[in-house]
Amino acid sequence: MIIQHPDLGPRDSSEFVYKGDAELLFRPERTENADQEIFHDYLYLRNNPAGKHRELWYHEYGDRSWLVVTRDTTNHEILKVEYVKDYIKSYKVK
Amino acid sequence: MNYSGLKIFWEGLTGNKGWNKVWKEPTPKKEYDIIIIGGGGHGLSTAYYLSNKFNVNNVAVLEKGWLGSGNIGRNTTIIRSNYLLPENQPFYEFSLKLWENLENDTNYNSMVSQRGVLNLFHSDGQRDAFVRRGNSMILSGADANLLNDVELKELCPYLDFENARFPIKGALLQKRGGTVRHDAVAWGYARGADAKGVDIIQNCEVDGFIIKNGKCIGVETNKGVIKAKKIASCVAGSSGKLMSKAGIRLPIESHVLQAFVSEGLKPILDNVITFGAGHFYVSQSDKGGLVFGGDIDGYNSYAQRGNLPVVEDVCEGGMAIMPMIGRARLLRMWGGIMDMSMDGSPFIDKTHIKGLYFNGGWCYGGFKATPASGYCYAHLLAKDEPHPVAEDYKLDRFLKGKIIDEKGQGAQPNLH
Ligand SMILES: Cc1cc2nc3c(=O)[nH]c(=O)nc-3n(C[C@H](O)[C@H](O)[C@H](O)COP(=O)(O)OP(=O)(O)OC[C@H]3O[C@@H](n4cnc5c(N)ncnc54)[C@H](O)[C@@H]3O)c2cc1C
Repeated sequence: MIIQHPDLGPRDSSEFVYKGDAELLFRPERTENADQEIFHDYLYLRNNPAGKHRELWYHEYGDRSWLVVTRDTTNHEILKVEYVKDYIKSYKVK
Repeated sequence: MNYSGLKIFWEGLTGNKGWNKVWKEPTPKKEYDIIIIGGGGHGLSTAYYLSNKFNVNNVAVLEKGWLGSGNIGRNTTIIRSNYLLPENQPFYEFSLKLWENLENDTNYNSMVSQRGVLNLFHSDGQRDAFVRRGNSMILSGADANLLNDVELKELCPYLDFENARFPIKGALLQKRGGTVRHDAVAWGYARGADAKGVDIIQNCEVDGFIIKNGKCIGVETNKGVIKAKKIASCVAGSSGKLMSKAGIRLPIESHVLQAFVSEGLKPILDNVITFGAGHFYVSQSDKGGLVFGGDIDGYNSYAQRGNLPVVEDVCEGGMAIMPMIGRARLLRMWGGIMDMSMDGSPFIDKTHIKGLYFNGGWCYGGFKATPASGYCYAHLLAKDEPHPVAEDYKLDRFLKGKIIDEKGQGAQPNLH
């Protein structure tokens, strides 16, 4: 798989470390009476879709940037690559 | 029809005209006591033990493709019971005991070959860890032997003992471990279940659940609605996709695992060997091909194929312990979808929806579990009580702090 890095261009996926579903960026807030189940669901449960999946790739053997890659899990086609900070911005707008 | 040596002899003399179909091709009934979704190894063994050991015969197995099209026909066929944790080891030892009697049980030649599984170790620290594992195996009633380098050299003189980076210091041997002909396992169980009246329905894909007042009463399929008192999901790598249709999120990610077969070679490897310092394991099939594999690719996938970085990694692992395989050519490679769980251990449990049951999370090690998984799932379905060796395989174990993490990796499925 070739990942189109926003600044460094096409990079082999083996330069990256895979960190899973991009939903993990949105950790629930800690409150006084933090609900155990909310944290359980955040840490352990996954949507695991067959199809479009937004996921975290860390460019460990590169510029150490965190990327959100949108990829089709049924055929490995990469649909979009963006920096985490840009993704979070656009996520907040939605 | 009973299979026997005499029968083969007789048929050989009379033109092989007396063989029957191994299972029927029924059209689905409107309603069953139990529907099993997924005709892989685990679904078929569940149907077999339900009908043969628990006297529940009004059962259907719904398979979206053909029997054996999933992981049961894609794995590298290794069986063993060499786990460490008390929640796992008795289960896998129970499974190995069922393997040992499988062919008598099912009257089917599944080529169970207890050729021995060798886990190589490469340092003093790793030897200590394997001693501990071996003791845990012995405590569960399994067998384990520790071999030093001299003893191992007698068994496998071709290994690269003097490798500068990963010298081989010895191995943990489980003599009762080995390999089994994987498709024959599916066929044998299917035949045994069919003979007791189970309907095995191929090309029947489940794409929805009928849930009324919190109770699951049937499934929607491409062959229409089929009802049942109990619905048992058993779809391995497709678990996430299927259970999302019941609104259930699982502690599972789907990942791809690849396997490789070399050209046919003369007999050289008469056991199973695993590398202790990287991801590589190998055995030799009866046709002579070296069957080997390594780590999962490491990203979510429902595509039954992987990518080249893992191919390179697996081949490097092979070269590190047995450089002679560098001369062999690769004949075939393929991938299968693994239901990787959050602690590397499986689930055999009820769900919060009444009448809906779940079996999955087998990671890359569910082939060896096939008999016990089916037996314990059948036990749960027939009696609504978990079987004692599988009672820790609960879906809520993360919430309860009862995680079963053999490797101590945490909630990162691609590291298990
Ligand atoms: C390359 C590779 C090597 C492996 N090596 C080993 C090994 O050496 N030792 C070991 O112990 N394990 C090994 N495994 C793991 C083992 O193969 C699996 O854990 C095990 O086979 C999973 O259970 P199963 O046989 O029931 O799965 P499967 O055979 O995948 O069965 C699931 C079935 O469900 C069907 N299905 C899916 N969705 C639906 C639907 N909606 N409706 C109807 N049917 C559906 C599928 O078509 C499939 O036939 C390996 C796996 C792979 C891929």
